Amino acid sequence: MNEMSKIETTLKDWETDQEVRWCPGCGDYAILKAVQRTLPQLGADPKNTVFVSGIGCSSRFPYYMESYGFHTIHGRAPAFATGIKLANPDLDVWLVTGDGDGLSIGGNHMMHVLRRNVNMQIMLFNNEIYGLTKGQYSPTSREHTRTPSTPLGSVDHPANPCAFALGSGARFVGRGIDVSKNLPDVLTAAHAHQGAAFIEIFQNCIVYNKDVFDDFAKPKGAEQQQLWLAHGEPMLFGSEKTGGVKGLRLNTQAFAFEVVDVADGDWQAAGVQVHDATNRMIAHMLVELPFGEFPMPLGVIYDDPAPTYEAAVHAEKERASAGKDTSLAHLLAKGQTWTVSGTASDPV
Amino acid sequence: MATQTAEAQPDTQVQDSMVVRFAGDSGDGMQLTGGQFTLSTALAGNDLATFPDFPAEIRAPQGTLFGVSAFQINFGSRQINTAGDAPDVLVAMNPAALKVNLASLKPGGLIIADSGAFTKRNLEKAHYDANPLEDGSLAKFDLLAFDISERTIEAVKPFGLGNKDALRSKNMWTLGLALWMFDRPREPLHEWLKDKFKKKPDIADANIAALDAGHAYGETAELSGPLKQVHMPARPVEPGLYRTITGAESVSLGLVAGAQLAELPMFFGGYPITPASAILHHLARLKEFDVTTFQAEDEIAAICAAIGASYAGQLGVTSSSGPGIALKTEAMGLGIMVELPLVIVNSQRGGPSTGLPTKTEQSDLYQAVYGRNGDAPLPVIAARSPADAFDVAIEACRIATQYMTPVMLLTDGYIANAAEPWKVPDPSAYEPFPATFLEGLPEGEEFLPYKRDAKGARPWVKPGTPGLMHRVGGIEKHETTGNIDYSPANHQRMTELRRDKIAGIDVPDQEVSWGEDTGDLVVVGWGSTYGPIKQAVNRWIEKGAKVSHVHVRHIWPLPKNLGELLSGFKHVLMPEMNTGQFKTLLRDQYLIDAESLTKTSGQPFQIAELEEAIGRCLDEKCGGRIRTNDDQLPNPVGVEQ
Repeated sequence: MNEMSKIETTLKDWETDQEVRWCPGCGDYAILKAVQRTLPQLGADPKNTVFVSGIGCSSRFPYYMESYGFHTIHGRAPAFATGIKLANPDLDVWLVTGDGDGLSIGGNHMMHVLRRNVNMQIMLFNNEIYGLTKGQYSPTSREHTRTPSTPLGSVDHPANPCAFALGSGARFVGRGIDVSKNLPDVLTAAHAHQGAAFIEIFQNCIVYNKDVFDDFAKPKGAEQQQLWLAHGEPMLFGSEKTGGVKGLRLNTQAFAFEVVDVADGDWQAAGVQVHDATNRMIAHMLVELPFGEFPMPLGVIYDDPAPTYEAAVHAEKERASAGKDTSLAHLLAKGQTWTVSGTASDPV
Repeated sequence: MATQTAEAQPDTQVQDSMVVRFAGDSGDGMQLTGGQFTLSTALAGNDLATFPDFPAEIRAPQGTLFGVSAFQINFGSRQINTAGDAPDVLVAMNPAALKVNLASLKPGGLIIADSGAFTKRNLEKAHYDANPLEDGSLAKFDLLAFDISERTIEAVKPFGLGNKDALRSKNMWTLGLALWMFDRPREPLHEWLKDKFKKKPDIADANIAALDAGHAYGETAELSGPLKQVHMPARPVEPGLYRTITGAESVSLGLVAGAQLAELPMFFGGYPITPASAILHHLARLKEFDVTTFQAEDEIAAICAAIGASYAGQLGVTSSSGPGIALKTEAMGLGIMVELPLVIVNSQRGGPSTGLPTKTEQSDLYQAVYGRNGDAPLPVIAARSPADAFDVAIEACRIATQYMTPVMLLTDGYIANAAEPWKVPDPSAYEPFPATFLEGLPEGEEFLPYKRDAKGARPWVKPGTPGLMHRVGGIEKHETTGNIDYSPANHQRMTELRRDKIAGIDVPDQEVSWGEDTGDLVVVGWGSTYGPIKQAVNRWIEKGAKVSHVHVRHIWPLPKNLGELLSGFKHVLMPEMNTGQFKTLLRDQYLIDAESLTKTSGQPFQIAELEEAIGRCLDEKCGGRIRTNDDQLPNPVGVEQ
């Protein structure tokens, strides 16, 4: 995000006159509304906001946001966004991508925008499928996923978007669910973060991969399956009503998390870990927790800002320019020159 | 800075031009030697053209044939347009260098060889059964063989360097000898060495000692051998300030000038590739001219970031060579679709695929004009020489910003690396073409992001502009609103609008570069073939032939008068360093019976090759062809008959 003057807007101000063309019931609708609801709360200014996307269902997003928008080519949105930020660091850039766009064809660019730490919010809609091309398996599809291109089930191992982001050097990693009421909070934290903020959003493709996240995303039983993280707060999940309050404790011998029961709300007694969002090692452990044995970690997993790429580029440019002669005539006559005097014709 | 008068000094030993080739191992510093010799030639006021020819390997195994690096310079007191057909002097630092380069040496030419490097092992590596310096096989040349290695070691002995380090000064010894041969002052080299080795004064001193020793050797050897000092007067040229310039430098400076004339900051996205990287290197040092350089993660990101910067209101530029340009293709299509300014520099090299990374070719013309999915026209312009690349780069910036379109600028490996003297232009002589941004609309007027001006260009709106928020993208869009629109009539209309915008670009009329406006034969070229074509055509004009030279800068769209101009000639000959790509385009556009002369050896055309081909075309028997029907076609290599 950027320190620009905040302005007052409503959700309606962020809607375009374009008909939204996602399938009825698609998780993208919920994300669109969450973003349109969040931006007024941030005081965001439509004229300084740019949504940049690649190709895929998620990448239609810019057409529905009443701001500046650039629907680019498959996988390359991070490169366009990097150029935009270098040219005008004051713009508030949101990048919209998906699991295919961002981690398959665009995996390389995703890695580099994260390691460079270009200041923007990156929303990766993960639906574990290629929707717009009619349902082929994606790099995040689980093993044995049957699709038109894998009629016998996929055999390759899926990528873990948050682990990929951390491995690439991301300084902010968050997770949300399309329909979750907590999504705006994650978006807000990402926006507050100076630098590349990576947000994986579990998004339900109701046509090609319906309810694939139900294990933890379904409202019924969610409390037992979702661990919402907040900096400085204990890692607690579950409730008395749903089978007991539980927490994550760090086993320092095994250097691994373990699930513990919390009795009478006394999480300290149970040794539950307090989340430190600036701890990179903890973040790595959280994103690698096997679901099933552990709940799904959500919210702000990691948030530890570092200087941004565009700031470094501009500082270097300023340093290199200080006191230099910037006339073109001076530049053209640089190096070893010689002067020819007198008059002469120019024979061959 | 040196000062000289344009008047040639009378001297009895005058030669009006000379071709020298320095050849050695790729680790011998031949490019550096050639570069410094070029500078001293320029300072002496000679016109010149150079041809650096080096292997793709950085340090190929020592002494091998494929590790030979050469630098050829043609210089004279008359106008020089090419790096010269055949060297008069060949400096061979080892047996491999001799073997690879001997065939091109003029009969009677001078060989200067380092006999110290003609060891048994090096002779074996160069596949010599006997030492050519001793077996009489070089009898038709003048041979000057002596132990440069040993003499260099001796010269630098006082500086306490080991043999290996001492031998690294061999190229300076050789350069010293060359300076003596052409009566050049050593002082500029002394200064250059002192500056280059500022932090290692003993290395500077050792190199200076080697240079001086080579020079002193020349004076002594003159008394007894084939070595003669040559005096070459300065070439009379237009008065003014001069410097030498390579194509890569020239493109870089032209881009900076172009961005300034457009009154825009420049954003340059690049990725390392031979021979285009030099442009990235030059621009990375020009930050004070409001230039941002971005070394991207790949070719695709380089162009995408440049388009992103253009979208945000800067002049986006990207640069590469054939294979990298191929990777950028999809993004070019987007640039065409969203109609944003972008300059794409293609320093062509031998292809296909990785091809010949360090050798020159003109084989990306189809790729430039046609090589995208869909009907995706963009303007293409080509530089004909290192100095010309400056003006062409400015022209590319003008077209890109005035017409809101990607533009491809073609140079090639030859232009990128070759140097020539350049009369430093006066920047105020160029007409500015300030870019305009739409910043608001009259009360009540609807904002239409794709509403075109008289030139067919849509408005450029920077994000951050109040009230003009809009979305762009690669999906077909409505003619005026830019909203997604797949309807049949709209796509038909948009395809035509994109085509017409490019076709309508204001391109200067084509002029005849050399010769009359009508005649028997016109030789049509583009790009780096300018020099040899000009010389060859001129030789035929001097013989009284009705031949002219037309050299096309604007490859697409073509100058409006070109078809008519060509129709004033009986025959059209088109030499190209490809299999006839521009010929295909001109045949298609004008239905002319153009004859192709093709060369794809990775080497530039020689004047003699073109002269001969022109002669064939002019021969009545041939009727404008290079060969008659009776001529036997050349036997393809490897085909037994």
